[in-house]
Amino acid sequence: MQNNTQNTSSGMSLIVKTVARILAGMIMLYGIYIVAHGHLTPGGGFAGGVIIAGSFILLYLAYGATAADSDKRKWYASLCESLGIFGFWIVAILGLVFGTYFLFNIFAKGTPFHLFSAGIIPVCNVAIGVEVAGALVGIFITFAAVKLLERK
Amino acid sequence: MVNSIPLFVVIPLGCAFILPVIGRRWERAGDLFANLVTVTLLGLAIWSVRFIRETTVYHVGGWGAVNGIPIGIYLVRDGLSIFMLVVVNLIAFVATLYSINYMEYFTDKTKYYTLFMLMLAGMNGVILTGDFFNLYVFIEIAAIASYALVAFGTEAEELEAAFKYQVMGSVGSGFILLGIILLYSYTGTLNMADVGRVILDKGASNLVWFVNVLFIVGFGLKAAVVPFHMWLPDAHPSAPAPISAMLSGVLIESIGVYPLTRIMYNVIGFDGVLSNILIVLAIISMMIGGLLALWQWDYKRLLAYSSISQVGYILLGIGLGTPLGLLGALFHLFNHSAFKGLLFLDSGSIVYSVGTRDLREMGELDRRMPITSKTNLVAAMSIAGVPPFNGFWSKLIIIIACIQAGRYGVAGWAILGSILTFAYILKAERYAFYGKAGRDVADVKESPPFMCIALIILAVICVVAGLMLLPNVRETILFPVVNTLTSGTEYIWRVLR
Repeated sequence: MQNNTQNTSSGMSLIVKTVARILAGMIMLYGIYIVAHGHLTPGGGFAGGVIIAGSFILLYLAYGATAADSDKRKWYASLCESLGIFGFWIVAILGLVFGTYFLFNIFAKGTPFHLFSAGIIPVCNVAIGVEVAGALVGIFITFAAVKLLERK
Repeated sequence: MVNSIPLFVVIPLGCAFILPVIGRRWERAGDLFANLVTVTLLGLAIWSVRFIRETTVYHVGGWGAVNGIPIGIYLVRDGLSIFMLVVVNLIAFVATLYSINYMEYFTDKTKYYTLFMLMLAGMNGVILTGDFFNLYVFIEIAAIASYALVAFGTEAEELEAAFKYQVMGSVGSGFILLGIILLYSYTGTLNMADVGRVILDKGASNLVWFVNVLFIVGFGLKAAVVPFHMWLPDAHPSAPAPISAMLSGVLIESIGVYPLTRIMYNVIGFDGVLSNILIVLAIISMMIGGLLALWQWDYKRLLAYSSISQVGYILLGIGLGTPLGLLGALFHLFNHSAFKGLLFLDSGSIVYSVGTRDLREMGELDRRMPITSKTNLVAAMSIAGVPPFNGFWSKLIIIIACIQAGRYGVAGWAILGSILTFAYILKAERYAFYGKAGRDVADVKESPPFMCIALIILAVICVVAGLMLLPNVRETILFPVVNTLTSGTEYIWRVLR
């Protein structure tokens, strides 16, 4: 993203771009933290996914709509969305296959309040996080594309 | 087999999630997978008919009752849900078969099938769920997918219709959600059977009455009962034909009429006041829907108004509350799905071949499109209530039920509605197929094979569905379904057990 957009004049000022670039990684890390600790702390797949999407959207805002508008990016976002929700479906169906009930907890429950605990819940959270992040970025890219189309 | 219950939701959901990934490279994937899914679901639904006398409860995630109090989401399969599953999956099967050729018209078939599968999963979920909040979620899944499908053509008219539909649909969902919230505050539980049990214990206070009103408005909006109908004549004609068939044929019934019936009869308990409200709404729907249909020149719009009128019949039978009335209502629900689905698919064939929805621009199509014309004739005779076809029997039962219940005036209105139906459908037949052509029809051809097969399947069902009333058949199929409703709040004990 930096290579093809940093030199163009679109987007906001250099200060905003630099700050956004530095912050984006941290925001994404925080989003991943929220997703991973969904079963222990407030938040979870949806909230974390929104924060992860926020890190992408921050970059798009700083670098302008032209940076966001690309079929490839849209496809990746859409792929994340579909695979995320499909992953959730797989986890749920595994419960049906191995545990006789849809969404049945097939993994070990572990020790409460540890990161690897609560059976399938963290796995589902990760799937939802990927899904929500992909969906929100996809929606944002689509809006950006419409905006560019209007400008033309 | 208990395990087959969640499959009705799981299979279409899985198809909807995987299609966007594989459909990008492989364009035919949608056709193949969607048809496989609907065939499987139809097979499962028909196979489930053998359990029609039983009530099977499925605990999602294995979360059963703790000290007799349900804590998880329950899926409940009983006579009524099996009956609805057969109806929904039958029309879905025919619609996907029809889509193979018809959707060549549009650009993105994969997205279409994804939305279609989501809508199907939502409808099957609504039918199977035994939990109020789960019901709301499934209604929203089905409704939101249908908003997008109405807008699928992305022309100005379609987007406007979809927007109107979305606004009205959201208002309806709001009423339903408010009703659920109030019920939850009153009973402290969201399980439908448990809510019913608490209401039986505590007695129905004024709050329960208020919830009844909220549900009538909310589900009435979803079912397009007359004072709440204004979105339907825009939304249903704007969708692609197979979706119009799904929306008019099964969506308004499965997310409007079915939950209302289920809640009124099995959870809250049906009584005389509710009965009168439903009957009045039904009569208004029948008459206004029929009268407005007479005025239409757009074929699909005429059919959409006709749906409002036919849903009036279903509500009338449900409002009567007698076993015979319920039998007529449920049978009419099945028949309406078949003939209205067929009529919408026929209108789609005309749009596909002639390129217009305006009745004045059609004509002389009976020689050009023999299969479309013959199947349309079957559907028209069914909806108009001409004897050997299915529509006649269900309307007859509803009218007899009115007379048996001593409501002669209501029976009169039902007969008048039937005459109106006959009038507007004859108008459509005359202008579309037999009248003088409004434009050059020399190069009009019959639709492609898959569309014709879909039409013929539904036409055959329209002809033979009357056989469901034969003595041994009705006792095995229709009576157990009626029993799930007439046994009223016994549903609670069958589920909680």
